[in-house]
Amino acid sequence: MKTQKIGAWIAVLFGASYFIIPLIATFEFSLRMRRGEYSFDAYRSVFSDIQFRESFSYSIVMAVLTIIFGVLLVVPTAYWVRLRLPSMRPVVEFITLMPLVIPAIVIVFGYLRLYNSSSFIPFTGSARGTDLLLMFSFMTLSLPYMYRSVDTAMRTIDVGTLTEAAQSLGATWPTIMFKCIFPNVMSGVLSGAFITFAIVIGEFTMPSLLNRPAFGPYLQLIGANRAYEPPALAIIAFAITWGCMALLQLVSRFSKSAPSKP
Amino acid sequence: MSAKQAIDLKKTAIDWLGITPFLLFAVMFLIAPTLYLVTGAFVNPAGEFTFENIAGLFTDKILASYWISIKVSLASSIGGALIGFALAWAVVLGGLPSWIRSSLLTFSGVASNFAGVPLAFAFLATLGRTGLVTMILNNWFGINLYATGFNLLSFVGLTLTYMYFQIPLMVLIITPALDGLKKEWREAAEILGATNGQYWTKVALPILFPSILGTTLLLFANAFGAIATAYSLTGSTFNIVPIQLYAQIRGDVLHNPNLGYALALGMIVITGISNLIYIWLRMRAERWQK
Repeated sequence: MKTQKIGAWIAVLFGASYFIIPLIATFEFSLRMRRGEYSFDAYRSVFSDIQFRESFSYSIVMAVLTIIFGVLLVVPTAYWVRLRLPSMRPVVEFITLMPLVIPAIVIVFGYLRLYNSSSFIPFTGSARGTDLLLMFSFMTLSLPYMYRSVDTAMRTIDVGTLTEAAQSLGATWPTIMFKCIFPNVMSGVLSGAFITFAIVIGEFTMPSLLNRPAFGPYLQLIGANRAYEPPALAIIAFAITWGCMALLQLVSRFSKSAPSKP
Repeated sequence: MSAKQAIDLKKTAIDWLGITPFLLFAVMFLIAPTLYLVTGAFVNPAGEFTFENIAGLFTDKILASYWISIKVSLASSIGGALIGFALAWAVVLGGLPSWIRSSLLTFSGVASNFAGVPLAFAFLATLGRTGLVTMILNNWFGINLYATGFNLLSFVGLTLTYMYFQIPLMVLIITPALDGLKKEWREAAEILGATNGQYWTKVALPILFPSILGTTLLLFANAFGAIATAYSLTGSTFNIVPIQLYAQIRGDVLHNPNLGYALALGMIVITGISNLIYIWLRMRAERWQK
């Protein structure tokens, strides 16, 4: 028993150093901009960069849009499948897992060939169209996480009874959807939203290949051209991811539903 | 047609209408783009059916990039699985204080999502030529890391970097499986006179094996499809498959669009197979978790 505990401590200490040393090193590096002393110059330089602000706000807007449309797509679908088409569940679940199976770079490759300016649906013909396509591609990326967290939340409520109760009180479908179902699966919606946010903010492949000025490609560009700003940006990105996950934990702790498995 | 049949038909129609937006979305943004590439891999520029593109994958350069991709994914998934398992074991069965468990799981949730470009920056700041660890090793211990042949922009460096998100992913998936090991099994084994080693090799590991192997495959696919970290770490010098595909999408470096589709198909096949085995193993593993 004693050796077991020592072994456990060794494993945890090793793991902790693997996780923490790069963070310390990154932070230390980000402070080195001024020669001979530590300073927050790199952060100042990042925050005063107009491109940083533009690409960051672009990605935030995209993330919010992705969350809104993703929720509007996923919640009614998960609801409907549970209520009316239980036989379709395996199929729908399989589809939602597809983005984990097909690498993002392959999916976006398909988009570029299928929706180029000389095709049937020329998404990439205009900047707005490309933004729309990029939003759809983010929705695709976040689909597995969004669907699973909403579906897990829906497992804890009895959609059939809720629907019948609402219907017998004379509720219309939109009322049922937005006043009955949504509030009840809010914990799942929020968990999905935070994961989506974390994914969209840092995503590089899709905006880069679609040529949109998002935060991910900006990071890559800075990484290729600057020395001290990249670690500062890495610390900022880590803080954002941490924030999203902290909010997610908070939501799942306050909701009565079981925490969703990854 | 009777009135009842008509109502049934209408009901079925409404049932299907409810998931039409989702199916439309899936067809437009998942299925059609994939099918386009898959079919494109089997035709030549003139539109005739051919296996030439698939055969074209078996040239030295492309095979080499598949091989290096497979090596990095394999090494980082096995390394991630081993260390992740050790960590999960330590917090579930190692008798450590419970705050360690909750902090490890919270941290794993963050770190498994901390991939892409920022992760590359973090490792450059750690193990790059002027990174903190490189400098500490040099100044305090007199070890010149880069003189030993180590290079962050290499197989070893990329594997170490990938493990930063592989280990936490393993921890997150395998911890519930370890929680599922029932006390009764251990007690039963001990009453029958089994040693600790026998319990692990004859009871616990066979039960956990599908979960461990399955998760390793998931990690493998996860690393195989990743591009952002490698691209910002090494630029286009390190020819793993996603980077090659990226270059092909940008500028047709293979001088044959259909060969590019075949390259994508190869990726789908490899990640697809590992994911399918993962799903199958997961179903087997769940038999013990009821």
